Amino acid sequence: MSPRSSAIERLASPRPRPVEVLAWLLPALAFFLVPDNLALGVSIMTYAVAVLALDLVLGYAGIVSLGHAAFFGVGAYTAGLLAVQGWKEPLTGMLLAGAVSLALGFLASFLVVRGKDLTRLMVTLGIGLVVYELANRLSSVTGGMDGLSGFEIGPIFGVFSFDLYGRTAWWYVYGVLILVFVLLRLVVSSPFGLSLRAIREGVSRMPALGASVDHRLRTAFTLSAGVTGIAGGLLAQTTQFVGIDSLSVGRSADFLVMLVLGGTGRLYGALIGTTVFMIAHDYLADMNPVYWEFWMGLLLMAVVLFARGGVVGAGRRLLQTVKTKFARAAP
Amino acid sequence: MRADTSILSADASIALSTERLTKVWGSFIANSDIDFRLPVGARHALIGPNGAGKTTFINMLTGVLAPTSGRVFIGGEDVTADHQERRVRKGIARTFQINNLFPGLTVLDSVLLAILERKNLAENWFRPLKSHMAEIEEAMDLITDLGLEAQAGVEVKTLAYGKQRLMEIALALASRPRILLLDEPAAGIPAGESSEVFSVIARLPSDVSILFIEHDMDLVRRFSQRITVLVGGKVLTEGAPEEIMVDPRVREVYLGESAHG
Amino acid sequence: MASNILGILFDGLAYGSLLFLIGVGLSITMGLMNFINLAHGTFAMAGGYISASLSQKSGMPFLATLPVAFVGAGLFGLVAERLLFRRLYKAPHLDQVLFTFGFVLSSIAAAHYFFGAGQQMGVMPSFLQGQIRVYGIDLGRYRLLLIAFVGLITLALHLILSKTRFGAQVRAAVDNQDAAAGLGINVGLIFSLCFALGTGLAGLGGALGIEVLGLDPGFPLKYMVYFLLVVVVGGAGTIRGPLIAAMILGVFDVAGKYYVPQAGAFIIYVLMIVLLLAFPTGLGGKRA
Ligand SMILES: Nc1ncnc2c1ncn2[C@@H]1O[C@H](COP(=O)(O)OP(=O)(O)OP(=O)(O)O)[C@@H](O)[C@H]1O
Ligand SMILES: [Mg+2]
Repeated sequence: MSPRSSAIERLASPRPRPVEVLAWLLPALAFFLVPDNLALGVSIMTYAVAVLALDLVLGYAGIVSLGHAAFFGVGAYTAGLLAVQGWKEPLTGMLLAGAVSLALGFLASFLVVRGKDLTRLMVTLGIGLVVYELANRLSSVTGGMDGLSGFEIGPIFGVFSFDLYGRTAWWYVYGVLILVFVLLRLVVSSPFGLSLRAIREGVSRMPALGASVDHRLRTAFTLSAGVTGIAGGLLAQTTQFVGIDSLSVGRSADFLVMLVLGGTGRLYGALIGTTVFMIAHDYLADMNPVYWEFWMGLLLMAVVLFARGGVVGAGRRLLQTVKTKFARAAP
Repeated sequence: MRADTSILSADASIALSTERLTKVWGSFIANSDIDFRLPVGARHALIGPNGAGKTTFINMLTGVLAPTSGRVFIGGEDVTADHQERRVRKGIARTFQINNLFPGLTVLDSVLLAILERKNLAENWFRPLKSHMAEIEEAMDLITDLGLEAQAGVEVKTLAYGKQRLMEIALALASRPRILLLDEPAAGIPAGESSEVFSVIARLPSDVSILFIEHDMDLVRRFSQRITVLVGGKVLTEGAPEEIMVDPRVREVYLGESAHG
Repeated sequence: MASNILGILFDGLAYGSLLFLIGVGLSITMGLMNFINLAHGTFAMAGGYISASLSQKSGMPFLATLPVAFVGAGLFGLVAERLLFRRLYKAPHLDQVLFTFGFVLSSIAAAHYFFGAGQQMGVMPSFLQGQIRVYGIDLGRYRLLLIAFVGLITLALHLILSKTRFGAQVRAAVDNQDAAAGLGINVGLIFSLCFALGTGLAGLGGALGIEVLGLDPGFPLKYMVYFLLVVVVGGAGTIRGPLIAAMILGVFDVAGKYYVPQAGAFIIYVLMIVLLLAFPTGLGGKRA
């Protein structure tokens, strides 16, 4: 291949490769092979939606957000409150959850883009804390520390009711995850996605190209908040409960850890990181949560020091080594 | 609308000009009352010893720095209050003395982005990058023109330093500027190779107005029609190369100590 | 009413003094290396546990535990800096955030393991309990001590930075690291020393503050925002900025809790966002 066509080949593309299509069948396989633990699958895929959204701002645009749980929780409360009020249709409920978070994200984005890294981090953290405190104070609406429960969700398309085993929930979340992935894949392989990566790589050059950095970042942040809200809506609908910890800084940190564990800036890292994290969490559920935190912290430090690309990055490096070995073995 | 107070603005043959442009940091005057004109199609060199304020001047022209006082005009229009990106859209582009690139993007990604920005296509989030064939072709042509074709798919951070300097120029050219400001484009490149950089610049259309900073007097003589000498933030003198080269004041402050040339 | 306001002001200043004592080291180290460190609270917590353990288990007088807390936390900081944090000075901010956050998580769990989940009680000597009446205002003796103590330390820090050779080197390094290195200053060593000093002061603050701030394993996370805020609002790399920021925070927090207790931490978070947006580069720091 000429350097010209191989360079063009390397441009980001939304078109799925065959191996990707196969990979997306894996969850479906899991549905049939491990039918007794569908709830875990549902929560993995729900969180994956949120972590994908975080990857857009953090992995692509390079904004560290310690407050994404705000949008997640607001989405969850929106869907939950709608159901409490009798709005039981799930699809519109989920979309409204996304819309409310989107609006909040839009407002927040004006604050977030001001200042540099550390200020930004603090502002996202501050937004998360303010929203948490607000939900805590408005306990008459949100249920405060007890959370929001006792609501029902209607059937999807008016046909498929949510069942006890979580089968309907599973397919529902699986479908939304695929749609969100496709949407984000489209976004990151567009000119807009390229400009986000460019902001991450060299923000000081962007104005010299005539680009308005703040505007791009605001768009990315708003979109990310909206998608995170959808994830929150899914959580509320599939568990029929909204806890205040869905808004907590700890939840934001979980998202961050999942993403970094899988690898930032490549979408699949978000999926793999969430899966690994949630399965480990589930497996070690009997462990004292304190020790879980200890190992999480250690893991985070180790990933930063030794495996910056996360699971996906490490896998890629391994593949590269194997390839060069082969190339050398067979000249 | 504010009445144009500048006589310069009337002159259509002036691409870029400044009026008493001044930059002060604390008590340090980096640029002092600089009146400057860059005619359309000029090949103009800005020289002066290290720390003379050359980069500061370019930073004020492009809007990276706000002047303490004075004004900047593009084609007679006062742009002093405009942001960097607004000025770029009015036709000004620059390179940086110290590489200011996108290390993790490929050469093609970087140049393509610059083109998409120019064409106002970079906000588009639903149409894939790959379907922008016209822009990709343009990017590849520019890359080929600068001799970077073999590295088109390579991350910028893995390029040799000299190639990275060419990327500086590629990004500026991708904006198709009417006014091009080059801050020591060949800085850090071995003397033998630096004329390659300048031959790229020499090939540009003649209506592009170019202001470049360069320490190598040989290159300055070969590529400039006019020279401005900046010393201690002030314009010492301005003139044709042959005048400047023999000016005793210039020889004293600049050529006399041009060990770094 | 007036004495009430003065009382709150006094409490706020005492609280602010503690925040400053803990935050000032963070300000200097962040200013030096542009290193985002979320783990500073861990060292304050370490000082607190050293002091609490010594006074509870071996009956050491409270005041005598303070130097031990200072030295212990400082040594802990020195070791952590030399072994871990040092590797991240050149890393992207995201890496620094993630790494130090991981450090916080692990340290919380470790504190939980060694000291249990409960609140630690300080053992206050009797002469620090109760209040003195000055011009009709009741001033807590302990808080008075806090303010005096921090005043002295600030003065000492100021003298160290402005009068000593070490101070001159620190200022040079904050100002321009490369130039300082060019002058033959061992920037790496300066940084280690500053880190040790800063974490030592944090440890001292953690120990002194047991009565006001409390002490449990969640300490580093609970106060992370406050310490960072002292630095971000005050401006990294200075002493005066963080001092002002700490006092503002302290007074507002105490006043908020007194006058509008139902708002909880809400006021301080909103204040934080407002201050951050109003002073994106800090009250008195060097440019970001
Ligand atoms: N942000 C700043 N604050 C204070 N002083 C500055 C700042 N930027 C530059 N200076 C000073 O202004 C003077 C002019 O700097 P400038 O970079 O414009 O010089 P120059 O002519 O481009 O030099 P060189 O040939 O080395 O590139 C220098 O003495 C520099 O130290
Ligand atoms: Mg310069």
